[in-house]
Amino acid sequence: MKLLVVDDSHFIRNRISRAVAVHRIDSVITAPNGMEALRLFQKESPDLVTMDITMPGLDGIACTSAMVRLNPKVLILVVSAVADKATAIRALKQGANGFLLKPFSDDEINDSLTELLRGAGHG
Amino acid sequence: MDEQDIQVLIDGTVHYFHRSLDKTAAVGTPYLIEDKQRISSDYTGVIGISGVRKGSVYFTAPSAMLRHILMTHGESQIDSDFMADVVGEVANTISGNARRVFGQEFTISVPTVFAGTPDFSRFRFSDRSFVIPIHWRQYHAALVVSID
Repeated sequence: MKLLVVDDSHFIRNRISRAVAVHRIDSVITAPNGMEALRLFQKESPDLVTMDITMPGLDGIACTSAMVRLNPKVLILVVSAVADKATAIRALKQGANGFLLKPFSDDEINDSLTELLRGAGHG
Repeated sequence: MDEQDIQVLIDGTVHYFHRSLDKTAAVGTPYLIEDKQRISSDYTGVIGISGVRKGSVYFTAPSAMLRHILMTHGESQIDSDFMADVVGEVANTISGNARRVFGQEFTISVPTVFAGTPDFSRFRFSDRSFVIPIHWRQYHAALVVSID
């Protein structure tokens, strides 16, 4: 399985890439913004995506919506500091499958991805 | 901003260090600075606040502290770009988490980061800013909240 990590922070992209220890994920690619994420999404066809919300240009909610239109089966975990309920609901309405609040621990990112896969019948 | 609002940001600061790092941060007594007084350290991450509340929130920290944070997360690339990245991410996370209480009308910008003396000229500041001192390990940083 391929994971695409989308975040404008290089530090966070590296953190998630290093932390991922879900045995079904064998490849991780990263994108620093929404536009690059969409380009990679079409080229690499990832199965899973972690998506930041606050990014310059195309934000994470618009990017989620575009990805789901391209591939309705993709699993998207929003990983964001934006903590209000309305934003989480908006992300889920656009097709995100889960929401993890920053700051997070390595265990939490793995647990969230595992839960997402289990929920989609990949457990 | 009143005392309760400041407490939201203090709690957010404590939460950030507690959840993402190996050692909890201590928060000193917040104090006020007036008018155009600004404090800054080696790196500064500024978040513009718009919507119902207007102003800025910034996190400023010494490079030694940011290096230590990067090492704690197992980052091997410890350079100026990454230190700037961390300072922006801390400011973004604390401000973003505050929306849990302040709601979606507390609109936050993407972080603008500075190495060295920050150029605050394009940010909106209130007449009075609250400085929240942060002590983590042997390092001293600050969260500055300047919102109408």
